[in-house]
Formats: sequence, C-alpha cells, structure tokens
Amino acid sequence: MPSDKKICLSTSGLTKIYGFGAHRTVAVDHVDLKLYEGEVVSIVGESGSGKTTLAKMLLGLISSSEGDIYFQGVKRDISSQKKKQEYWKNIQAIFQDPFSSYNIFNKIDSVLLDCIHMRGGRNLSREKKVELMTEACSFVNLKFEELTNKYPFELSGGQMQRLMIARIFLLKPKILLADEPTSMIDACSRATILDMLMQLRKEIGMTVIFITHDIGLAYYVSDTVYIMEHGRFVEFGSADEVILQPREPYTQRLINDVPKIYEEWDLSTV
Amino acid sequence: MKHTLQQIFRSPKFVVGFSIFMAILLIVLIYPLFITDSPLKIIGQGTFFPPGIYVSAYDSLGAPKFTLNLTDAAAKRVADKLGDQERADIRDWLVADGIPETEIDIHNTEKLLEQWAQNYDPNKKIPGMTFAKQRYYQRLDESLKGLLSKEGAIIAQKNTETGALEEAEIINQTDYVNIDQVASVRVLPLGTDNFGRDVLTELVAATRTSLQIGLVAGLVATLIGLTLGLLAGYIGGTVDDIINFVTNLFIVIPSFVLLILISYSVGQESRGAFLVATVIGLTAWPWTARAVRAQVISLRNRDHVNLSKLSGHSIVHIILTDILPYIASYVIMALILQISSGILAEAGLSILGLGPKTTEVPTLGLMMNWAMIYQAHVQGRWWAYFPVLMTIALITFSMNLMNTGLDQVFNPALRD
Repeated sequence: MPSDKKICLSTSGLTKIYGFGAHRTVAVDHVDLKLYEGEVVSIVGESGSGKTTLAKMLLGLISSSEGDIYFQGVKRDISSQKKKQEYWKNIQAIFQDPFSSYNIFNKIDSVLLDCIHMRGGRNLSREKKVELMTEACSFVNLKFEELTNKYPFELSGGQMQRLMIARIFLLKPKILLADEPTSMIDACSRATILDMLMQLRKEIGMTVIFITHDIGLAYYVSDTVYIMEHGRFVEFGSADEVILQPREPYTQRLINDVPKIYEEWDLSTV
Repeated sequence: MKHTLQQIFRSPKFVVGFSIFMAILLIVLIYPLFITDSPLKIIGQGTFFPPGIYVSAYDSLGAPKFTLNLTDAAAKRVADKLGDQERADIRDWLVADGIPETEIDIHNTEKLLEQWAQNYDPNKKIPGMTFAKQRYYQRLDESLKGLLSKEGAIIAQKNTETGALEEAEIINQTDYVNIDQVASVRVLPLGTDNFGRDVLTELVAATRTSLQIGLVAGLVATLIGLTLGLLAGYIGGTVDDIINFVTNLFIVIPSFVLLILISYSVGQESRGAFLVATVIGLTAWPWTARAVRAQVISLRNRDHVNLSKLSGHSIVHIILTDILPYIASYVIMALILQISSGILAEAGLSILGLGPKTTEVPTLGLMMNWAMIYQAHVQGRWWAYFPVLMTIALITFSMNLMNTGLDQVFNPALRD
C-alpha cells in the first residue's frame, strides 16, 4: 500500500441498520475503509453483502446509523443542500442498471447539460456547451449529433452506460463510485466500458471505488481489494495478495465461483 | 407522448367511455345555443306535465284547415274517451241501477251509450257509492256528451257591443291543421317538473353545473392529495408521520358524514355550487394522498432519482421532473375517479337537502331532491327523476370506463 499518498476518503465504524425489533437487519457492520488518492479499490461480495448500501452511504444518498466518513481527512458535512452539492462535485457514481439510471421523460442532452451546469458552466454559450458535450461523447465513442434530441429508450444498454461515463468525463470528480457498472451489459461491451473507465481514470487522475460481485473483474482493474461478507470486510489487501493467496474461505469461494471457460462448471459449490 | 396517446385511443374501453363523455359534453355545450331559455324559468302552470309536443290550442284555431277523411278517426276519438276501464265502470253503474247484466254489451259502443243516456241521472244516489265515485261518474258523463255526434264544434265570438255570442267558425270533425303551420308549438321531450320547468333544459343546465362541481371537487381533492402524497412520500421521516396521521384521521371519519356536517354548518344561504364543490374536494383527498405517497416511496430510491440528486438538483426540481412525470398517468386516473365521485357526492348531498342553494342553479342532485320532495316516484312521474338518474349513471360509467382503459394502457399487466 503506497504510504506516501494522501488519504482521499476514509470511514471509521460505518454502520447501517435497517428496521428494528424482529426485522432489524445490519446491512453494513462497522466498516473501516481507507482510500488513497488515485488508486482503484474493489469491494467484492455476493448479493446482499451490503456493497450497495455502503456505496450509498459513501455517496451521501442515505444516512449512516453509526460511524463517520472523512473526506480528505476532514469529517464530511452534508447537512445542507448547498454542502451536499459541493460534496457531489467531488464524488460521483455510475449505477448498475443503465436503463433505470435515466429519467425517461428527459432528453439525453439534459443529462450532459446538468453536468456542465454543475461544473459552473451555466453561463457558457450554446456553442461552447455543444462543443463540451461533443468532446465528452467522442471520448466514449459516441457521436453527439446522433444522440442529441433523443430519449434514453432510443439507446442500447451499452450506449447508455457509455453516456454515463461521458457524464463523469464532464464532471471530473475526485472519486468515482462504480456500482457494478458492467453487470447489465453483454460481455463484448463490458471490456470496452471497463477500458474506457480505466482510461478516464488515468486522464483525470481520479480515485475509483469499484463495486462488483465478480472477483475476476476486480483483479483485472484494481490495486486494492476489499472482500465483504454480511456487511463486514473479511479480508483486504493488494489485489495480488487477496486473490492469489486468499486467506479466508469466503474469498476462496468467490474465486471458485468465477466461471472458467476451459473447465466444466462445478455447480456443487454454488 | 404521441405514442401513449395512440395507445390510449386504441383501448376499446377508453374509447367507449370517452365517446359517451364527449357526447354528454357536446350536448351540454351545444343545447343552450338552440334553446336559450333560462333553465329555471317556470313555463308550466301546474306540476309534472308529461313529455310530448305541446300545440297552442288558440293558434291552431287560426291555422289553415285541411279536410282529411280518415276512417279510423271516429273510432280513435271514441276509444280515447271510452277505454276498457270506462266501459266497465259504466256497466257497474247500470248494474247497480237495476239493469240486468245480460242486457249490457260493453263492446257495442252505440248501445252502451244509449243505455247510459237513458238511465244515468247525476242526482241519483246509489247506496254504498262514495262521493268521489259519484263525482267521477259526473265527469265521465260530461265527457261522453256528443261523443257520437257527427256535428262540428262551433267557435263563437262575443260581440263587443251587444255582448251576444256570434258564430265565428265551425270546426268539422274532418278538419285538420298542419302542426308546422301552427304558430306556437313547444316540444317538451321530458315534460315539466314540479315547478313547471322544462325538464330537458333544466337537465342540460344541471349536467353542466354538476360537471363543473365534479371538476372543481376533483381538482381540489387531487391537488391536495398530490401535494401531501408527494411531500410525505419523498421527504419521509417526521413529515411523513404527520401527514400520514392526518390522512388516517380523514379516512377513519367517513367523508360523507364530514361532508354533511360541514355543509350543514356552512348554512343554506351561503352554499353556492362552488362552495359545495370545494367542500367535497376538501373531504375526498385522503385516498389520492395515500396512493401518491405509496408510488413516490417506490420511486424515490430509483437510480434516476439518485442520479438527479448527484447532479445537484434541488428537492423541488427532483419532485417536479423526476417524480411527477412518472406518476402523472396515475394522477390523471385518480383525477377522473375523483371527478365522478365528486358528482356522486353532490347528488348524495343534494338529495339530503344539503346541496347548493336551490334558487340559483339546477344540479343533478337538486333535481333528484325536488323530484323526491314532490313524490314524483310515487305518482309515477318518471320523467322528473329517471333521466337525471340516467345522466348521473352515464357520466360516472363513462368516467370509470375511461379510467379502466387508461389503467390498461399504463399497466401492461392488466391488458387482455
């Protein structure tokens, strides 16, 4: 772990409890996370392990039951709408399902325009805005002229997800939280989208938190891997450490669950 | 948007409901252009004139006469005065007077009338006969006079100087007038009501007022329900708890009881149609609020709402652009239902006598109320209440059909 780098985002004892009494569910249980600037961190776990809840707390979309979040060493304060907006300039997300990520009543332009406005470009001329949007679209191999004035349902899932990356390209946040960005995408588009994400990361130097259930994917993209089970981190370390020499049985199970194309699937472990 | 509209108009239920509703609406809009009478104008002296074409008797005297030799005219004239019931009554009197039943043939009109003319004496007392029955026989006797006469009727005029009657014109039995040449003819398709008003004109005006009341009540209820539902659903927490508490309070107290109490306390004098509509709206919102709240709760955690938050939009902006359009179809459906239940609520209130002031506008409920007070249903004056009932039924039926049709379009799982 690079000790010379600054800590970008960290949590201490972060907990989220849903419900109470008999329905009390601890979704995230005293999680400590350290995120260094510029690194790619994967949080791996099966469904229900609390990955998405953790992501939403980090994003400030839901409040935590316990514990604190520190952004650049300072305790995060998102008590007002203004402070939230300020925080969201620094941290952004790509969600799992591109089809539900768009407001179906708004044209695609409005998604990108929102980003330009958020970066303080509200008073730019229309030409300048189009230029920015065209640049963002061409970064993800989309043509803005073909997308403008279209509604989200006229796009394919891959195009929608690439547009989400274009959005990040315009926003240039310090931290990107990618919540299973490729799980709804077919295998061919998956590699393209991952490559685009990594290239974008390199270009604007952002920190990426990659949330996935696919440990192979995590190994492919990340520096550090956190393994999450029942709301806790059971194992973490550099990607090589965790994946090549797993200590925990849960990690081993996750590794075994990755389907290998040259082997017959062993369904007994599933 | 265009696509959705196309789909809506392909739903047979919606189209049927929409057609009925538009037909009612068109009648309401177009009818007053042709019949410009005030709907509350009293034209008839007396109550409940039956539906029909009313020809001015005075004007038909002056209209050109045509001679038509119709063979069944005399038979019709006799049948009109002397139906089966009257024949049986005549037989009863004659039998009571002492004529053997075997000598009476009630189907032989001439002989029957001859026997009647010979034997009937209005002053004769028949034991056991009520005074009302005696009067009836006197009236019957009057109407039978000259029934078989072949003479025409003489129209006489009073001489202004001598005061004597002078023959002006003879109207023969074969004289006819063309109804088009009579100066004043009034068609009363639904007769008149208890005040002597034209029921159809009144009904059209009442439908118009009731639709307005329904619209106002529906809009008020939907607006309140929508606002509270959106706030409760989106903000959640304490706001949700408070709004939920109030909503439950309104649901637990039957809204009709509330409606009666409010209408009563407002007082007869200040109860105009729109005040009643607002009161209906103020008691009808809880179901809309509940339904909207449930929909918003399921929407507020969707990714597109989260993304909108991350894009720095304010709560108002998110509610208006990311929540409202998604529930718009539902809200429109709720509005349609609220309008139709608003019309029903007004009818219910008015029947109880708590509707709008009776002197200003007719409403469907008020017409029902009047018909009920004057016992139209007991007297068999169906035209005073049945068309009103049908109108209420048609309006609510068409709106419910539209609602079901919309539901099928917006909820693909319900399509058959």
